Amino acid sequence: MPRTPGADLPDHPDFLWDDPDPKPAYDVIVVGGGGHGLATAYYLAKVHGITNVAVLEKGWLAGGNMARNTTIIRSNYLWDESSGIYEHSLKLWEGLEEDLGYPILFSQRGVLNLAHSLQDVRDSVRRVEANKLNGIDAEWVDAEGVKELCPIVNTSPDVRYPVLGATYQPRAGIAKHDYVAWGFARAAHAMGVDLIQNCEVTGISTVNGRVTAVETSRGRIAAGKVALCAAGHSSVLARMVGLDLPLMSHPLQALVSELLEPIHPTVVMSNAVHVYVSQAHKGELVMGAGIDSYNGYGQRGSFHIIEQQMAAALELFPVFARAHLLRTWAGIVDVSPDASPIIGLTPVENLFLNCGWGTGGFKATPGVGDVFAATIARGKPHEYAEPFTLDRFTTGALVDEHGAAAVAH
Amino acid sequence: MQLIPCPWCGPREEAEFHYGGQAHVAYPEDPAALSDEDWAKFVFFRANPSGPLAERWSHSAGCRRWFNAVRDTRTHDLLAVYRLDEPKPVIP
Ligand SMILES: Cc1cc2nc3c(=O)[nH]c(=O)nc-3n(C[C@H](O)[C@H](O)[C@H](O)COP(=O)(O)OP(=O)(O)OC[C@H]3O[C@@H](n4cnc5c(N)ncnc54)[C@H](O)[C@@H]3O)c2cc1C
Ligand SMILES: [Zn+2]
Repeated sequence: MPRTPGADLPDHPDFLWDDPDPKPAYDVIVVGGGGHGLATAYYLAKVHGITNVAVLEKGWLAGGNMARNTTIIRSNYLWDESSGIYEHSLKLWEGLEEDLGYPILFSQRGVLNLAHSLQDVRDSVRRVEANKLNGIDAEWVDAEGVKELCPIVNTSPDVRYPVLGATYQPRAGIAKHDYVAWGFARAAHAMGVDLIQNCEVTGISTVNGRVTAVETSRGRIAAGKVALCAAGHSSVLARMVGLDLPLMSHPLQALVSELLEPIHPTVVMSNAVHVYVSQAHKGELVMGAGIDSYNGYGQRGSFHIIEQQMAAALELFPVFARAHLLRTWAGIVDVSPDASPIIGLTPVENLFLNCGWGTGGFKATPGVGDVFAATIARGKPHEYAEPFTLDRFTTGALVDEHGAAAVAH
Repeated sequence: MQLIPCPWCGPREEAEFHYGGQAHVAYPEDPAALSDEDWAKFVFFRANPSGPLAERWSHSAGCRRWFNAVRDTRTHDLLAVYRLDEPKPVIP
């Protein structure tokens, strides 16, 4: 049954939270009002009863990567450590709408990660088997299977990078990122969390190696604990206490087409040719690309990346040839050397770190919120956070997820 | 598309270049003496400022030579371009 595009979208909400001035002091200050910061505040209040919390956002709530990502959610990573945290997150996504009492349009339409070479095939099959061992739904499908799941994919062998098959995770999908942020914001606010916009953290004060306050564009605010959720700007914040992070900040672009009839039933990702496509609830084709090679904070990416992405999209989906491009934009992502996040304690007492999610942290939003909140509340890493400490770059216990990270970097 | 001034070829399109990361990172003089922390710093930690950054570029689709540049990571403006044997310019 064809449906009217957009018919299942809820109306735009009225204001869901207040816009308070900062109080002089909080038990916990969360820096960054993106999905991760909001989810962290929500679980601090809900699970740990810590409600004297402020989320400080330099711009408008969830206007950073949370509003810029391509919203893909999956948990088909290779290593046990990643399976732990991403699958924990996926399970939370599955109950999030009820938990928040707010629509998030989580659509488990499945994700195909395409393989274009014999090596891709071997790596993909290996990952599928690893996923199964971790109890994660995953299948290997051949080119015909890809065609069945997503008929508009060009599976002709006569292209430069033919589709040889794909990994398929049926429980994966997309959610509406703005609604996710608003749902967390509304629920956190209802439990007493202050969400403070236009409040840039410009300094972090310490006494005897312990965090005491943050300096902001709206004055000094004392803090028992400070938790960083600043995505692309983590390095800048950590430098305020003299801490270096093994992160590089890069522009990452995405774009959308005009509205189209429903033609794309699932999510298709190709790491080899650098394009990721899904169709938004309203009907736009949402496409992501690879990162720009150089460091950048300008929220603006290079045009040649889009050119390459469009060329790849057209070869994979010839049916898109006449779709109009509506807008493009970039976010700033913090990429770590092993393509895995850094979560946990820092050498500064009561300063907590959540960063390095790079190109793939949206899918972690509820999971990291829960795990990071527990880490902050208890002052020691949650079990799912334990493998992702900062000192893994010294011990060498890396969680190398480049192969499963899906966006090339 | 950004124009990058190669010291030998002049301004060329960004797509002709390859990015080489932070400049002036020297291989340790006495590798055997390094602690695990020092090795971690050398292998994994690079400057990531929001502002001027000295970095390496290769004109890979042109003269294929490496050079250094100071670029403002907020605006992408190239503040200076210099050869590998030249010292890092002082940016006011
Ligand atoms: C184009 C693009 C596509 C992506 N696609 C996907 C995808 O399909 N699936 C997926 O899982 N992930 C994806 N990601 C990655 C994902 O968006 C991020 O990993 C995730 O959003 C990071 O966490 P966050 O939501 O808290 O970050 P953000 O929303 O960026 O939140 C950080 C906030 O901190 C604020 N901030 C920074 N500095 C300060 C300061 N000094 N003081 C106060 N506030 C500050 C920022 O303004 C920002 O709002 C994509 C990212 C981009 C850019
Ligand atoms: Zn040249």
